[in-house]
Amino acid sequence: METFFQQIINGLVLGAMYALVALGYTMVYGIINLINFAHGEVLMVGALVSWTVVTALADSGLPGWVLLLISLLCAIVVCAVLNFAIEKLAYRPLRSAPRLAPLITAMGMSLLLQTLAMIIWKPNPKPYPLLLPTDPINLGGPVISVTQCLILGVTAVVLAALMYLVNRTKLGRAMRATAENPRVAALMGVRPDMVISATFVIGAALAAVAGVMWAANYGTVQHSMGFLPGLKAFTAAVLGGIGNLAGAVVGGVLLGLVEALGAGYLGALTGGVLGSQYADIFAFAALILVLTLRPAGLLGERVADRA
Amino acid sequence: MKNKFVVFALCAIALLALPLIAQQFGQGWVRIMALALLYVLLALGLNIVVGYAGLLDLGYVAFYAVGAYMYALLASPHLFENFPWIASLFPGGMHAPVWAVVPMAAGLAAMAGVLLGTPVLKLRGDYLAIVTLGFGEIIRVFMNNLEQPVNITNGPRGLDRIDPMNLFGFSFGKSLDIGEFRVSSVALYYYLFLGLVVLSVVICQHLETSRIGRAWMAIREDEIAAKAMGINTRNMKLLAFGMGATFGGVSGAMFAAFQGFVSPESFSLQESVMIVAMVVLGGMGHLPGVILGAVALSALPEVLRYVAGPLQEVTGGRLDASILRQLLIALAMIGIMLSRPRGLWPAREHGKAAPAAVPAPAPDAAR
Repeated sequence: METFFQQIINGLVLGAMYALVALGYTMVYGIINLINFAHGEVLMVGALVSWTVVTALADSGLPGWVLLLISLLCAIVVCAVLNFAIEKLAYRPLRSAPRLAPLITAMGMSLLLQTLAMIIWKPNPKPYPLLLPTDPINLGGPVISVTQCLILGVTAVVLAALMYLVNRTKLGRAMRATAENPRVAALMGVRPDMVISATFVIGAALAAVAGVMWAANYGTVQHSMGFLPGLKAFTAAVLGGIGNLAGAVVGGVLLGLVEALGAGYLGALTGGVLGSQYADIFAFAALILVLTLRPAGLLGERVADRA
Repeated sequence: MKNKFVVFALCAIALLALPLIAQQFGQGWVRIMALALLYVLLALGLNIVVGYAGLLDLGYVAFYAVGAYMYALLASPHLFENFPWIASLFPGGMHAPVWAVVPMAAGLAAMAGVLLGTPVLKLRGDYLAIVTLGFGEIIRVFMNNLEQPVNITNGPRGLDRIDPMNLFGFSFGKSLDIGEFRVSSVALYYYLFLGLVVLSVVICQHLETSRIGRAWMAIREDEIAAKAMGINTRNMKLLAFGMGATFGGVSGAMFAAFQGFVSPESFSLQESVMIVAMVVLGGMGHLPGVILGAVALSALPEVLRYVAGPLQEVTGGRLDASILRQLLIALAMIGIMLSRPRGLWPAREHGKAAPAAVPAPAPDAAR
């Protein structure tokens, strides 16, 4: 039973990070119908920028949480600017091009960012310093680290802020209108280009937060670290119904839980035949299962094919 | 007509002579050309799925892997060493004939394609993309881990000592001496792949103009309308998946024989992305375009690897050949798409109204 609760906690933490990244995918998809393949790489850039800042300020004597906060802010700014530029350079000129053209530039962008990161930061994995107290908090059996607590807390705050932004502000209304129908939204005085840029900036900020937390939680940063979270978060977004914000969060948390429980119990259930290295399969098996039963995802609405 | 024939003959002679000239400059160049042809084969297969039927498949490399592992398992001593009962069945060693292995690889890959296709055909375009991507990853995880409790794939270490291709007692593994002139083993593979590519082009061309091909394109353009015209869309999509997978399986078997070694590393998601990029960059659904895309994306960066040495010295090792190659591929993918969104050599749009008649839901239409 203790393993169960422990894996639930681990799954929630993992799911929280997936959810943050998945939101970026789903917002972009909801508005311009593009799978932004470079999104995982934005997370990677966020983590590496944060690492650079933290190591540069390591001797300044600032307490760990201040360092983390400063590096987080830097990462958010860099990622926001980066994603803004990516959209402007690689996706905007292809708005009315065939559907696969922006997808290929997105894949190219992903490869480009990875390569540039390899050139700038060298390909070797780098240890991310421990900035927060490492003593785990005991919850009467299962334990949770300070970093994990922080991840859950930050995710909750960020999600609340995003909900407010999307549902209560003028920009949020413009975003929802553009997602619904860009041309009509434009007639109502919304500037779609501005809204799309804002969406990319917000998505990048969420990815940067996830990237810094990912680095703090796992303790290493590398140019290839964006691949797996990006892939899983995208899976989460599709699982929940792509284009749907609540769906991204549900999908992310669900995926985190499935993976953590899968990794925790797979070996015991199959008598050691299948080990935890098969945990990655769980995410995709869950995806295929859910999509077979509900082709539009868990919370996705059934929409007619857009030609 | 006569003119066309002359051009065709010249092209044929050039393609046949190319490896013989290139091998004077080193086997590396012939190898690049052979691999480029292998990619052409893969791109032609994926073109059936993506280009003709309009189904975005991001896990195509899974079928390539299935074919490669099938060949590798049946033509290497691996199974033999790990399963004594198999060894007792084949006292002479496990050297399955090509005539048995390649159709088996093709068949298994086709089965995998249909198996994947069945549950996911209801899905819309982008959902399909992620499911196929997931399928590719699942296959890769299995390749990486299927060494316990029974060692089938030998895990990340891969399978080696694979027999070279052998047709009618003629081995592609040794170089061929014709008088004074020596044709290397790599060049022999080049000719084998060239033959397969020509065969595939003929098959694809016939498919394109056949009932099946037209049904695929109808589904690509408008699935509901295609259904209304009496096309069995489910079977047609499954057929596209199966056909594409068959091409992948055969290419995989060729790859295994050519390399003599397979490991999960060769079948990463990046490879799938590259094949999709070849098809789209070249011009989806247009055979010359697809071939051009495949050759451009596979051969050009490899060529660059040879000239990258000096650059590496200048930049103090930061820009080594493989990084430079990646950088070039990435820039090519972005640059070509931005300048030619429909591909380098797109098909003429036939049977379609002027594109302006139905404006895309472009958000900036209001400006």
